[in-house]
Amino acid sequence: MAFKGAIEIDTAHCKGCGVCVTNCPTGSIRLSGMVNSKGYNYAEMTGDACIGCSACALVCPDSVITVYRVKI
Amino acid sequence: MAEKILMKGNEAIAISAIRNGVDGYFGYPITPQSEVMETLMKEKPWETTGMVVLQAESETSSINMIYGGASCGKKVMTSSSSPGVSLMCEGISYMAGAELPCVVVDVMRGGPGLGTIQPSQSDYDMIVKGGGHGDFHNIVIAPASAQDMYDFVDWGFELAFRYRNPVVILSDGIIGQMMEKVELHPAKPRRTAEEILEAAPWAVTGKPAGRPRNIITSLSLDSDIQEVFNQKLARKYAEIEAREVKYTEHLTDDAEYLFVAFGCSSRICEAAVDELRQSGIKAGLLRPVTLYPYPFGRIGELAGQVKSIMSIELNLGQMVTDVRLAAGGKCPVGFYGRQGGNIFTPEEIVEAFRKFNNLK
Amino acid sequence: MDIADIKRPENLVYRKPALITDNVMHYCPGCSHGTVHKLIAEVIEEMGIQDSTIGISPVGCSVFAYNYIDIDWEEAAHGRAPALATATKRLCPDKHVFTYQGDGDLASIGTAEIIHACSRGENIVVIFINNGIYGMTGGQMAPTTLIGMKTSTTPYGRDPKLNGFPMVIADMIAHLDGTAYITRQSVHTAAAVRKAKSAIRKAFEYSEKNIGLSFVEIVATCNSGWKMSPVDANAWMVEHMFRKYPIGDIKDVLK
Repeated sequence: MAFKGAIEIDTAHCKGCGVCVTNCPTGSIRLSGMVNSKGYNYAEMTGDACIGCSACALVCPDSVITVYRVKI
Repeated sequence: MAEKILMKGNEAIAISAIRNGVDGYFGYPITPQSEVMETLMKEKPWETTGMVVLQAESETSSINMIYGGASCGKKVMTSSSSPGVSLMCEGISYMAGAELPCVVVDVMRGGPGLGTIQPSQSDYDMIVKGGGHGDFHNIVIAPASAQDMYDFVDWGFELAFRYRNPVVILSDGIIGQMMEKVELHPAKPRRTAEEILEAAPWAVTGKPAGRPRNIITSLSLDSDIQEVFNQKLARKYAEIEAREVKYTEHLTDDAEYLFVAFGCSSRICEAAVDELRQSGIKAGLLRPVTLYPYPFGRIGELAGQVKSIMSIELNLGQMVTDVRLAAGGKCPVGFYGRQGGNIFTPEEIVEAFRKFNNLK
Repeated sequence: MDIADIKRPENLVYRKPALITDNVMHYCPGCSHGTVHKLIAEVIEEMGIQDSTIGISPVGCSVFAYNYIDIDWEEAAHGRAPALATATKRLCPDKHVFTYQGDGDLASIGTAEIIHACSRGENIVVIFINNGIYGMTGGQMAPTTLIGMKTSTTPYGRDPKLNGFPMVIADMIAHLDGTAYITRQSVHTAAAVRKAKSAIRKAFEYSEKNIGLSFVEIVATCNSGWKMSPVDANAWMVEHMFRKYPIGDIKDVLK
């Protein structure tokens, strides 16, 4: 069974720690070149390889990631 | 008619706690107050009223157990003696900062340091002026008999909950150890969960849906918020000072000389006053029952009536500072005291009185 | 399939726990505290015990834990949380009572309180965050600081001759008869987070059985105090901290 996923990031509250980036098995999340109002390079989804596994959200200390997943 | 039983002051504290619906006692053994916890353990109130009694690993821990119990809106108390109360000062300050009601009993002994195990009143400054770091006051009530020990537990909780403030029963080794007749007033049950919600809506009871979470804390990192809180405490203390001052007087109406003494010293002083009266000297006694708030007003009035005032204390002269403040220079103020666990006799007080007043 | 089509309510698989408040956490980027807070919030939510849970926060970085999890809280003096929890649980035996303490709080100034709460077998949960350093006061040595580790009070590295040895609290308290469940976990990977959450859930469930104290140590990072990036701190933790503080269950009286 295959899954396709998507994440939504509360970029205003992301602190850009990057822990999600190293935990993503599909390389679907990266730190943006842009900064939020606190000056952090916030995380953003990249590409279309996300499988909605929630690894990024589980390790996120600030609970800023929401994860969606569908079977395909 | 209420039952009368012969008991020690320390035992009266324990029996009163059980009979007045106290929810928990947490303590640590120290002479001369160990009978409080021993009596509670012997009485096993957890089988009758459901009161929790626990021997903690230290006074530091027992006062923090009180902090935890008081946070839940429960009537909780501890007792100790001077060196143990020093350790408790941390927790007392936190409870003043978190505005928690509790009753702490200090059965004073001689100090500083380990000092002696005999009676003393040398924690006056520590408890009345401080009791820990920061800008706060304990409400301090000073029993002078085993009956007071019994009665002050309930009164202490009444004050503690009325003002959300720690109350210290400042007793001493004489009152704690002395056996006297104690009238046991009718028993009062422990508060129900509903009564706690009503008496202490601020308490942590588990957050139901629909009310904001209750947080018990003394922390604020914002100076402006902390200052607003400090000023709120100041208003509370002003109310306490306006409403709760309590004292007793003995032969003060026509007194030309005044003694001021609290706790056990007031009992001994009363005998000295009577002795002086027999020899034609119009002496009188004012006993502050509340040490905070202090009866500054009444002592000030009497200072305008008498030729002199003497503060009689079992220490090097701590309360005398407040007596001087109250007298406001209207008359000379003297001091007589014994230290180290020694106790004065009425005759000694009379002799010191004659010397201070240049009377033969 | 478009990303917009995936982001529909029926496809939601993970979101911020309902019991985590909207207050922005004051923790540094990548700090383990936020992750552990989240797990506690999820466990309370899933067990449906919000209205019967009382948390006790410590002194240290997590002093403000009460700002982040939507339950009733008591904020303790430094190290005293187990004393507060003892009375809270004994006076309110139907409540779930937990302390949340760091290593400065629990392993240094609060050793007497934690050891005696364990020894008495209080039916409480203790969450112990061990990152080998004092965070809030600016990175001083903790009892758990590793040998050779540089902190602001061991600028040349912890030297056992000068500073003594690291304390392994979880193993120490395992010898006490009053403890029921003792485990050491971490939250640096998704798998670790899942295991840590199960451990926290088990600890809360054990506290309902009145079989003694449950203790969940989380080996954690303090990237600011360690002066590393959050990602590097996680790698350093795995390489160095796990050697002294190995991950896994230490005691389970029901097994």
